[in-house]
Amino acid sequence: MNQFLFGGMPYVLLMTAIIGAIWRFRSNKYTWSSQSSQFLENKTLFFGSFPWHYGIITILLGHIFGIFFPSAILAWNGVPVRLYILELTALSAGFLAFFGLLALIYRRLTNTRVKALTTSWDVLVLIVLLIQVVTGLGNAILYRWGSNWYAGAAVPWIWSIFKLSPNVDYVSNLPLITKTHIFNAMIFIGLIPFSRLAHFVVINPYKYLIRPYQVVRWYRKGGPTPNIVQYK
Amino acid sequence: MDIRAQLSMNFHMDKCIGCHLCSVACKNIWTTRRGAEYMWWNNVETKPGAGYPLTWEDQERYRGGWEVSGGSLRLKLLKGPGKIRTLANIFFQPNLPTVDDYYEPFTFDYQNLFNAPAGDDQPVARPRSLITGEFMEKVVLGPNWDDDMGGSPLYAMNDPNLKGLSESQKEMLTKFHKLFFFYLPRICNHCLNPACVASCPSGAIYKRGEDGIVLIDQDTCRAWRFCVSACPYKKPYYNWANGKSEKCIFCYPRTETGQPNACAHSCTGRIRFVGVLLYDADRIEDTAKTPDERLVEAMRDIILDPNDPRVIAEARKAGIDENWLIAAQQSPAYNLFKKWRISMPNHPEFRTVPMNFYVPPLSPILHQAKSDSGGVFDPESMEFFNAIDKMRVPIRFLANLLSAGNEQVVLESLKKQLAVRMYRRQQRFGDVGESVVKSVLSQVGLTAQDAEDIFRLTALSTVQERFVIPETHREAMTSVDPRTMFEKRGSVGFGPKKKEFLGRTW
Repeated sequence: MNQFLFGGMPYVLLMTAIIGAIWRFRSNKYTWSSQSSQFLENKTLFFGSFPWHYGIITILLGHIFGIFFPSAILAWNGVPVRLYILELTALSAGFLAFFGLLALIYRRLTNTRVKALTTSWDVLVLIVLLIQVVTGLGNAILYRWGSNWYAGAAVPWIWSIFKLSPNVDYVSNLPLITKTHIFNAMIFIGLIPFSRLAHFVVINPYKYLIRPYQVVRWYRKGGPTPNIVQYK
Repeated sequence: MDIRAQLSMNFHMDKCIGCHLCSVACKNIWTTRRGAEYMWWNNVETKPGAGYPLTWEDQERYRGGWEVSGGSLRLKLLKGPGKIRTLANIFFQPNLPTVDDYYEPFTFDYQNLFNAPAGDDQPVARPRSLITGEFMEKVVLGPNWDDDMGGSPLYAMNDPNLKGLSESQKEMLTKFHKLFFFYLPRICNHCLNPACVASCPSGAIYKRGEDGIVLIDQDTCRAWRFCVSACPYKKPYYNWANGKSEKCIFCYPRTETGQPNACAHSCTGRIRFVGVLLYDADRIEDTAKTPDERLVEAMRDIILDPNDPRVIAEARKAGIDENWLIAAQQSPAYNLFKKWRISMPNHPEFRTVPMNFYVPPLSPILHQAKSDSGGVFDPESMEFFNAIDKMRVPIRFLANLLSAGNEQVVLESLKKQLAVRMYRRQQRFGDVGESVVKSVLSQVGLTAQDAEDIFRLTALSTVQERFVIPETHREAMTSVDPRTMFEKRGSVGFGPKKKEFLGRTW
């Protein structure tokens, strides 16, 4: 069972994500976004979207950092005070995301205008995210110190997946909550190309920081310049 | 010098009767789709009035347009950390208007009129929301909700342009015999320094090099909605159903083939004029940075004389086609804005360098200027010409609306219009002294020929004179993939008409 869930499924869901992304990008780039509903309701959204995104981005960056520099995390955690700082920061970001998510779910369920736009994919995404955040918080509270054994157990397993020789032993003895967290994370990845989560990999906006303000396109071949005015 | 061509629309506000034919023509062609019901790419508002969306001119609230800070031009939206602010606010935009600022689109339950069971009362058609499909308690806002409400303290008094008016001028809005209002038809201004383009994180919005039309690439748009916030005229609209922003496209499929825009073509008052302007793209930034009182002048400066041989030579070098040059020489937009200097931009202080221009409306003057003699004037002297600032619509109000507060520019235009009227009266009835007309014309800097031309264009002009739109022959130099034409069939270019994709239907 462990072999199936943590040895086989990661590949199935990763391939789903990659092939799905290519398929959607080629066949339906038009819909590649998270359809904003701020235009229809923006009061509750403020209390949902802001905390949710800032909380979850902090957590996510922490996880990604851990994948690449597990030893740095272990070294940092060598001193108890530093361990507490890391854990507390992560926990508060987690709660921030949690309350944001609750506000977002509440908004989806109660606002009639938002409901008119809600698809079953949106509901699925919210369920997956809720499970992910709740199990994550459960890990952090019940089994201390998560950052240590994330770097010690989960990260080696992730690398064993990437190296195509999955070693289930790293995760097979983890508590149920943690296992749920890990498996749900893979489902999350598998969902990305098919749902509003697609906006999760929209990397366009960073270009905005470096491009000039104005954009001019010429339909005549070899139009003079690509941009009208180069502002400082 | 970097010469480019720009299609520009001019509006003669004196002739606008507020019939909304333009809005209806536009809506029927472009925005009858789901998610676009609330959009009016062309709308006509009553001024003074709150406008559409409500109080759109109040940039304290919406933070649209540009400001000059520390000698450089910056989006008002990005006050503080600059472009980083776009990314910081990407999850929630504090300045975005919501559908309640426009109005909740609705229809009526007409079937009930036929299907209601027999009873003691007449059946009624209740309003039904086009977003949720549910019945609405009552309709609280709609398109042109404050149409013709020039005297209302509820609507007209909320007009942001009333600031700077004296109490007695504001009081006119409450006195039935003195109140004033006029109509302001609005489409996208297709600015030279568009704030929507500058704010788009995806880079989906662009200005077309050949004709200056500003468009949103529907395939690149990722629903960040910064264009809606950044545009001070609130002319990009967010389609809540398919998650894309849309805006006036200047009817480019029509103008490319030399036909006038739907709004302009349908105008009963014949208030609209469309023509080509040549401008110097190198000077856009300097123009946008000009202090308020010289803004209109700076905008006239950036427009180049299409009859100047040097300009023609440069334009040819820049690749502007011969038929575009000829159109620029016959352009009513050039004549109204630059040659005769009687039209002016809407809110130039937003610094987007808008490219649509308005001829300010004349309004009753005799009662105010000649109140001692009961509004009767002596045509021989026409001395009320010098009391033009006593017109019922306060000059201050027009200046707030059209010239960033510069009253002189507005006065110049009004005087010229009045001078043309006096010239025509002299021609037609002869009861105005010839010498008076001569002195008045020279006072405003017009020749008799100019007066004749202005009269001809604003009163008698034919379709060909009002709309001088050169063809672009895009089919010969296309970068458009003809294969997509089949896919876009029936969708007026705005994505799949109805495509089911994982439960999202549009």
